[in-house]
Amino acid sequence: MDVSMYTEIISALSATMRVSTPLILAAMAGIFSERSGIVDISLEGKLLAGAFISAAVAAVTGSAWLGLGAAIVATMLLSLLHGFASITHNGNQVVSGVAINIIVSGMTVVLGIAWFHQSGQTPSLPNTARFMPLHLPGSETIGNIPILGDIYTKILGGHNLLVYVAFLSVALTWWVLFKTRFGLRLRAVGENPNAVDTAGISVAWLRYRAVLIAGILTGIGGTYISIAQNASFIREMSAGQGYIALAAMIFGKWKPVPAMFASLMFGFLDALSIRLQGVEIAGIGQIPVQAIQALPYILTVAILASFAGRAVAPKADGVPYVKER
Amino acid sequence: MAPNDITSSDSTLAIDLRNISKSFGTVQANKHVNLKVETGTIHGIVGENGAGKSTLMSILYGFYEADEGEIHIFGKRTPIRNSSDAIGAGIGMVHQHFMLVENFTVLENVMLGAESGAMLARSITDAAAELDRLEHEFGLSVDKDALISDLPVGQLQRVEILKALYRGARILILDEPTGVLTPQETDQLFAILRSLREQGTTVIIITHKLREIMALTDHVSVMRQGEIVASRTTSETSREELAELMVGRKVRMTIDKAPAQPGDPLLRVENLSVHDHYGVARLDHVSLEVCAGEIVGIAGVSGNGQSELLDVLSGILPPGEGEVLINDHTVTPAHHTDPEQVRSYSVAHVPEDRLRRGLVREFMAAESAILGYQNASEYNGIFLTKPSAIINHSRHLMEAFDVRPTHPSLKSANFSGGNQQKLILAREMDPNPKVLLVGQPTRGVDIGAIEFIHKQIVAMRDEGSAVLLVSGELDELMSLADRIIVMFEGRIVGEVAAAEADEKMLGLMMANAHTPEPTLSTEEVPA
Repeated sequence: MDVSMYTEIISALSATMRVSTPLILAAMAGIFSERSGIVDISLEGKLLAGAFISAAVAAVTGSAWLGLGAAIVATMLLSLLHGFASITHNGNQVVSGVAINIIVSGMTVVLGIAWFHQSGQTPSLPNTARFMPLHLPGSETIGNIPILGDIYTKILGGHNLLVYVAFLSVALTWWVLFKTRFGLRLRAVGENPNAVDTAGISVAWLRYRAVLIAGILTGIGGTYISIAQNASFIREMSAGQGYIALAAMIFGKWKPVPAMFASLMFGFLDALSIRLQGVEIAGIGQIPVQAIQALPYILTVAILASFAGRAVAPKADGVPYVKER
Repeated sequence: MAPNDITSSDSTLAIDLRNISKSFGTVQANKHVNLKVETGTIHGIVGENGAGKSTLMSILYGFYEADEGEIHIFGKRTPIRNSSDAIGAGIGMVHQHFMLVENFTVLENVMLGAESGAMLARSITDAAAELDRLEHEFGLSVDKDALISDLPVGQLQRVEILKALYRGARILILDEPTGVLTPQETDQLFAILRSLREQGTTVIIITHKLREIMALTDHVSVMRQGEIVASRTTSETSREELAELMVGRKVRMTIDKAPAQPGDPLLRVENLSVHDHYGVARLDHVSLEVCAGEIVGIAGVSGNGQSELLDVLSGILPPGEGEVLINDHTVTPAHHTDPEQVRSYSVAHVPEDRLRRGLVREFMAAESAILGYQNASEYNGIFLTKPSAIINHSRHLMEAFDVRPTHPSLKSANFSGGNQQKLILAREMDPNPKVLLVGQPTRGVDIGAIEFIHKQIVAMRDEGSAVLLVSGELDELMSLADRIIVMFEGRIVGEVAAAEADEKMLGLMMANAHTPEPTLSTEEVPA
């Protein structure tokens, strides 16, 4: 095999891991929320808020961990806002979610300018205030094995902690949903809240817990975007990843492991599009950068239109629970 | 707490409701209700729709909280604020609309809310063992690992009963439990309830079917307009007395009608088939004929093609194969038509689902009263509708069909079910259609209105209309129809003259367990 081709593949796969991380975290957040019956279009806004708060706090305190903690608190507060509108007051969940996205989009810039005077950006962080790549144990010895070594050190290893947290969150989501009492009730409330209510369980409290978990996961995802993948907050830096995560969740039929693979696929397309820029393709010539950048989105639409038409959402997803008279 | 709270209670009573009142806005659903239910008995609660039965039971189960009054359970005053209070007090409820999670297994539904711990593994073992025990004790067999969406209604009801028993219910409330069951399933349910009674469980059953009250219960309470108007020992009362108490006046239980004088066929269906988008045959080579001056009843457990038949005949659904002849107009798959066109063939349709298809709840009654006829010239000017013509027409319909209140500008949703239905019947019967399609004319309608509706349908027949009647009530079919056709899985599996039909025979045919005598079957049933 061509050596440059081989390194291209390795680095594309390595990039896939990094690009997919926020998608996976946000998709898991979406699963918790929507399995409980609350449509969460505000994944996007929460990623952005998490990115901003973590970068801002890390810039001021110099601690990535404080940044992460503050981001989680902020996104949980946004989840409570979403819950207050859509659970307590039976509001329209899409409207509430869009409102949160708009608020966050504006507030991050306003607060960024007010606090840091850098036209909405946060100061560039030193490595000590970021989550830095880790080396897996035994990288030196295993790294020398051909192919397998590269897979271990460059694809599986060499990422920061939050990448592994994202993959761990998939296992945890699966375990919570399918192996615990809370998960059983959560799945039930998204399908038929009447059944949960008449079984003597509070529908509202269950749904609040679900959206709060979604808040935690998007907080981690947002933190990853600004202070692990990058070194500062830039306005609108979530760049639609919350929506892509929503698509991955639907494509994965609201199941953790398939949603993870869908996130990885979207991540791979993204990584590929970066690598395809400026590449000559036989018979077509050089493809415009814009067309390649649009590729993941076009494929998202195509995939959702062809496969996910058959995906069945939780029955009570998006429907406020009102006791019938 | 005062000591007389305990001494004044009678411990042989499972339930003692004292002075319960509940209002929804200006509507008083329960007025100072007192109800005593003895431990280990089956207690029936009957009443017309809107009499407050379901509200009362919802209060007992903690779905609503009473505005005033006390609830005593097994001799102890027990405040019930939510369903978990009720469950804790030993009350279980089987709701009219099942409270089950469709994509869960039976086992998961049973343990939901009553799990053994934070992890599911132990709950699953415990629930499986307990279900085995309940199956053994009460003969309640059901496949534990089956998905709810795969089970027939009769089984779903068992799951609901198991849910209640799994939570340790000693009082079981059933709200209209037989509405969706075949007669055989109803018998099985009653056997289960009797065996529960023998084991000491107290059963409360809400129904409007007096025959079931007489067959099953020990005591019966009658509700009317939010109040309990009478309580009787079942063996000392009669259907006639209960019916009278329910409506407050004497009611005839049978319909006076002359024998049918069938004329020319006005509606003919030949080899009609319809497949749904999964490719399943919803109608399978159906052939039938309805003549002028006769009522043909369609019997069948709901979901066996009756709805699709009405949809095709009324033009809502195109036929897949075969053809339909209405008043010399032909409808075929290649040349099908829409409901408006079908109406122009002098066909009227009273849809099965009153609220979804019969009227628009948010519209005022006068607007609902012209639906389907809204393009008629008498209601329209050049650009605008003619509100006064619409209101006058509606008032005329309301007076002719005794719709109360006679208030054309009131919102459709604010009429009771019976009055909504009378309004729809009035709308459909007013143009004197040659073919009248009627689906579930008296579903959820109280006894007084049923009598009126039946008379109107018979009157249509006597004026020479062909009437096709789909109903889930065998009583209704047997008393109203001249011929009864039974459908099963989209096929016609039998036909009997109504005069020769009885409930058992129809029930067996509905379950396709009965082969009709060949002389009675006019159509070849393809295998």
